[in-house]
Amino acid sequence: MGEISREATGPNADHHDLHFPAVTEGTPIAELSGVGVRFGRMPILRGVDLTIDPGEVVGVVGPNGSGKSTLLRILATLLKPTEGSASILGAHIGSNGVLAARSGIALLGHHPGLWGELTLEENLTFVARMAGAPTDGVATALDQVGLGGAKLRRADHSSHGMQRRVEFARALLTKPQLLLLDEAHAGLDRAAQMLVNVTVSDVRRRQGAVVLVSHEPDRMLPLVDRTYHLEGGSLLPNGPTS
Amino acid sequence: MTGPTFWCQVKEIARKDLLIEGRAGEALFITIPFGAVALMLIPLAIGTDKPLLAQVGPGMFLAVALLFGMLVAFRQTAADTPPQRELLTLLGTDPAAQFVGRMASSTLLLLIFEAVLAPVTLILYNPGRIPGWPWLLLVMFLLALGLALVGTLAGSVTAGLRTRNTLTPLLVAPLSMPLLLASAQVVEALREEASILLWITLLATMNLAIAVIGVLTARPLEESSR
Repeated sequence: MGEISREATGPNADHHDLHFPAVTEGTPIAELSGVGVRFGRMPILRGVDLTIDPGEVVGVVGPNGSGKSTLLRILATLLKPTEGSASILGAHIGSNGVLAARSGIALLGHHPGLWGELTLEENLTFVARMAGAPTDGVATALDQVGLGGAKLRRADHSSHGMQRRVEFARALLTKPQLLLLDEAHAGLDRAAQMLVNVTVSDVRRRQGAVVLVSHEPDRMLPLVDRTYHLEGGSLLPNGPTS
Repeated sequence: MTGPTFWCQVKEIARKDLLIEGRAGEALFITIPFGAVALMLIPLAIGTDKPLLAQVGPGMFLAVALLFGMLVAFRQTAADTPPQRELLTLLGTDPAAQFVGRMASSTLLLLIFEAVLAPVTLILYNPGRIPGWPWLLLVMFLLALGLALVGTLAGSVTAGLRTRNTLTPLLVAPLSMPLLLASAQVVEALREEASILLWITLLATMNLAIAVIGVLTARPLEESSR
């Protein structure tokens, strides 16, 4: 496994032809207003107001079970709020516009969405083709996350840490406008943790936005512009971090 | 700026599924050989009554193709995990393209299955020359397509359910019965040199209906599986 590249820009970094929705200037990347989520009678989130502007990196801290992952799933448009309204990349959740907005969102969760029988390279090539991204960026992305030498290894023969690295390679390859990181540092060794910084910087540089959630704020704080505390389903601002 | 076209997505989904199946070998190396073995066991149970074997041969072929074909159609390697489904959603994949791509890969595997079963049937059952036998090639294709469609649709309906493994066969079995019935009637009609148009039309119509239902319900089913 090679060293992780700090250079986040690949050969296609500045002329990617992905089919992202057009977000007009001044439009927030994400805007939640009075968002609540209930599973049955149990409230998971309540009255969440959150606006994330282009170029912003927002951190959400909270204990296990506080609703962090639910919040990320709403921001990823994978979950429709039961109360309030949510607009992501200019599209209201529940409208047809969300279908186009989704291709501008990347969610890196606890379980990497890899196909075990495919090699790491095949996984990324599949993603590139489905996203309409150039496949010649796959090798570069794997090199950037230090997996250039392991590209022919099957995903189910790779360690969890390597699978997490592939997720970051996917984010570098597809260049999302909204990057959602769920416990970003979990399962990564010290060298690989640099990937979080590299990927966040890449999205910020492109005027995208990043949301990091964690129950361990220490490693997240240096990366974010402002933080929120999520407890009992309510989102409370902690203010700017710098 | 445009993303990949519908048919590009179909091609990539089918290609991925076949690559995974080629490596996992769930259908190719487990289900298909076991289906062929099942076909071999029946003559042992019936005995050496050659006229009877010749009479039941095509029916046995269809029954084994249906029973084991169901296993091929909803094989575990064609089921995506929740993170994989979420990834496909966030890549902007059209659920209808997923349906068509998965159906295409299953159809190919089922055609391979039938191609393995057919010579085994001819050797062990010796059904003799059936007049107009080339029509059976069309029936085999329509049966493979129908099973793939039913299996893929059932897979979409049960995606994300904990009871998937139990529920899928329960959905597939009754939906597959008209396929078995129509295919068997084609064989019978060919033997009696009667018209097969009605049964071929039934097979084709059923396939078309399931395809339309599968494509139209792909997105609502995908949204509700999360």
